[in-house]
Amino acid sequence: MNASTQTLPVAVVFQRASPSYLNDGYSVRSWLLTRDHKRIAILYMISITLFFFIGGAAAVLFRVHLLTPSGALFQPETYNKLFTIHGVVMVFFFLIPSIPAVMGNFLVPLMIGAKDLAFPRLNLASWYVLMAGGAFTVYAAIAGGIDTGWTFYTPYSTMFSNTNVIAAAAGVFITGFSSILTGLNFIVTIHRMRAPGLTWFRLPLFIWAMYATSVIMVLGTPVLAMTLSLVGIERIFRVGIFDPALGGDPLLFQHLFWFYSHPAVYIMILPSMGVVSEIIPCFARKRPFGYKFIAMASVAIAMLGFLVWGHHMFVSGQSMYGGIVFSFLSFFVAIPSAVKVFNWTATLHKGSISLQTPMLYALGFIGLFTFGGLTGLFLACLGVNIHVTGTYFIVAHFHYIMVGGAVMGYLGAIHFWWPKMTGRTYSEFWGRISAAIIFIGFNLTFFPQFILGYLGMPRRYYAYPAEFQVLNVMSTAGASILGIGFVLPLIYFLWSLKYGKRAGPNYWNATGLEWTTASPPETENFDVTPEVVTEPYAYELKEAIDAGGLH
Amino acid sequence: MEPHLAAGQFQLFPDQASTFAAHVDALFFFLLAITAFFSILIAGLIIYFSIRYRRSASSVPHTHGEPAWLELTWTIIPFCITMVIFVWGARLFALAFHPPADAMNIYVVGKQWMWKVQHPQGRREINDLHVPSGRAVRLIMTSQDVIHDFYIPAFRVKQDVLPGRYTSEWFEPTQPGEYHLFCAQYCGTSHADMIGTVFVLEPSKYAAWLAESSTGKSMGDTGETLYRQFGCNACHGTRAPTLAGLFRSTVKLENGQTVLADESYLRESILAPRAKIVSGYSTIMPTYKGQINEEQLSQIIEYIKSLRDFRAPEPENKP
Repeated sequence: MNASTQTLPVAVVFQRASPSYLNDGYSVRSWLLTRDHKRIAILYMISITLFFFIGGAAAVLFRVHLLTPSGALFQPETYNKLFTIHGVVMVFFFLIPSIPAVMGNFLVPLMIGAKDLAFPRLNLASWYVLMAGGAFTVYAAIAGGIDTGWTFYTPYSTMFSNTNVIAAAAGVFITGFSSILTGLNFIVTIHRMRAPGLTWFRLPLFIWAMYATSVIMVLGTPVLAMTLSLVGIERIFRVGIFDPALGGDPLLFQHLFWFYSHPAVYIMILPSMGVVSEIIPCFARKRPFGYKFIAMASVAIAMLGFLVWGHHMFVSGQSMYGGIVFSFLSFFVAIPSAVKVFNWTATLHKGSISLQTPMLYALGFIGLFTFGGLTGLFLACLGVNIHVTGTYFIVAHFHYIMVGGAVMGYLGAIHFWWPKMTGRTYSEFWGRISAAIIFIGFNLTFFPQFILGYLGMPRRYYAYPAEFQVLNVMSTAGASILGIGFVLPLIYFLWSLKYGKRAGPNYWNATGLEWTTASPPETENFDVTPEVVTEPYAYELKEAIDAGGLH
Repeated sequence: MEPHLAAGQFQLFPDQASTFAAHVDALFFFLLAITAFFSILIAGLIIYFSIRYRRSASSVPHTHGEPAWLELTWTIIPFCITMVIFVWGARLFALAFHPPADAMNIYVVGKQWMWKVQHPQGRREINDLHVPSGRAVRLIMTSQDVIHDFYIPAFRVKQDVLPGRYTSEWFEPTQPGEYHLFCAQYCGTSHADMIGTVFVLEPSKYAAWLAESSTGKSMGDTGETLYRQFGCNACHGTRAPTLAGLFRSTVKLENGQTVLADESYLRESILAPRAKIVSGYSTIMPTYKGQINEEQLSQIIEYIKSLRDFRAPEPENKP
């Protein structure tokens, strides 16, 4: 792809009037007290990368442990703490903040032609809130650990676990406010700060996805905070809320927990869908097929996502009729996701497709998300759910969505916008190699787990019957390949900061207001507030101009 | 059939050892076919388009219309497919909630980290479950502490086991043999040790196994002793409702509602007598919560279930 400045349909005469956001102060203070959304995005990126490798290290350790049926490395207590730390850190401190807090923070103002988010101080505060929550959780992990699993099921978490439930729950509670504040900031920004001419249906699909995600964050997260508070109250004061021995109801916890945690799955996947909706048009040189359907599917998923929590509870003792209603609604929420997959695929039709690293991630996302979504049908289906829930089948399913979907989307986003964020290009060769390694390692890790699950191996077992060993060894082998795949980008991205070629303002020759700024953008983003006169994704027009067909 | 546990061999598909398992597997294969079809369709299209429309000097992206019929097609067809899956799955789910009327009952108590099993005839076992083949078996389960889950993969049945209430699951084993029993709800440190073996025996062998009971007393017999020890007989039949013929009858309550007298109702009435007051009676019964353990409770319930009312016709055993 050419690295030179291109003529744009909306002509923008570019010259650097002020320093880039990276050069606007070099002191630690200039970073830790910054109100620039782009710098805050970088702060988030560094922190969640750290959390990602903490969670990943835990996963590597327990996967190695599972090489032998009786468990190779750890005592049961340690194993239980490792999978808990993996789940808590990955869900609450990596996946939920990943694309919204890093890419959303960086891109939302740039994509809508604004100078910053609506509440820059609040934005900085939300990063500090995340770090405070992270500190509590890391404390819980170091000072004895926590063994409840990321789901904190009662009455185990409130009355029986001897580990640091309160500290970990406090960490997650605090972090929740980071989500709420970020979501609030995005909603207000998208409503109030769009550039002139940027109507709702001219918004990039990434903005639609961020908007839908923010709505879930604002509506759902308080329920999690409330639920964890109740866990704390029962655990400390022995007030009977969830434990039947005290007069409580253990299923109440599950209802409250999943009321947040199912929509939270969409907090993790919707942003990736937004990323893919940006990458595919760029590398197919076409407007996305069914723009409005993709946009509305994001909103539909956000709404319907709040009505399906009971599908986590089909064998919990919930009533039969409850199960049937939740199953029906769960199939309903599958449809907008299917619509998106078909629209992305149709976008490729008659495109002009090049397979650079971001596109590899986007296409990998579609494949893995499709497979993850289809295996979700097994779980939404009541009769089959009875057998596969609580086994490795469900572990495999949600990793296809969370890693195959959310993480592939996040990596795709970083590879796509890295030239914009840093002004430097990374090695395309190593980018493609690592995308391939991640794809292979991922499938080798998690595909065998579907088979393990249907065979009946329960999740969260530190030891297992011998006949499950072959598949467990395959999974661990895959995990080590996957681990290498995740370390590689860290290396070549860091390398690119010093040695990468300069990227130019529009490295991929993409549409979108963020590509009309310098790379890296200046602190104020735009010298002049841009005016939007065209639809988004005018790639066909752009191609025609580049080919000299239109003047 | 060979025992399955000792072998420990690699396999790709689990044993299919109950009537329910065959139903689940049929639906599973249907879902597998759908998954294969759509995965190959999407992956195939992506690969085909990526090659067919790869970027070259002469390639120009073509705008084409976005026909509404296409969006409607790929909305409606997946929706119809999911509704087939939904109805099929829901019917199986309803089946799992409705044991045959003649199912035999076995009581299960889960605790950190073991399974305690009582057969109505009196025999008890720990971390093992002996059942006859060709006969529907219903497990009435509760927990003494946290939530557990009684999972038998070869039967495709799983049900959380909760403290403070009864849940149940049922199955009809088809193949004599030995099968895994797993706790499938994380329950603390030794969760992975809360496993056992389900022994499916020929009915005659099962009868012989039951007869090896050490006490020789059935659960109902033990329950009758407890019934007198706890003084239940002092009131029931006079100041309190008679218990003869109570089980599976419809009870009219003081507040005008009615309730089916199943095991859960009997359990609640013993532990929380004020929750549901029978019409025409006053609230004089004290709670037995804390005085009676889960095993004793199930024994008293078995005794109450054995009390038939010979004056009234047998109530219908509708599930």
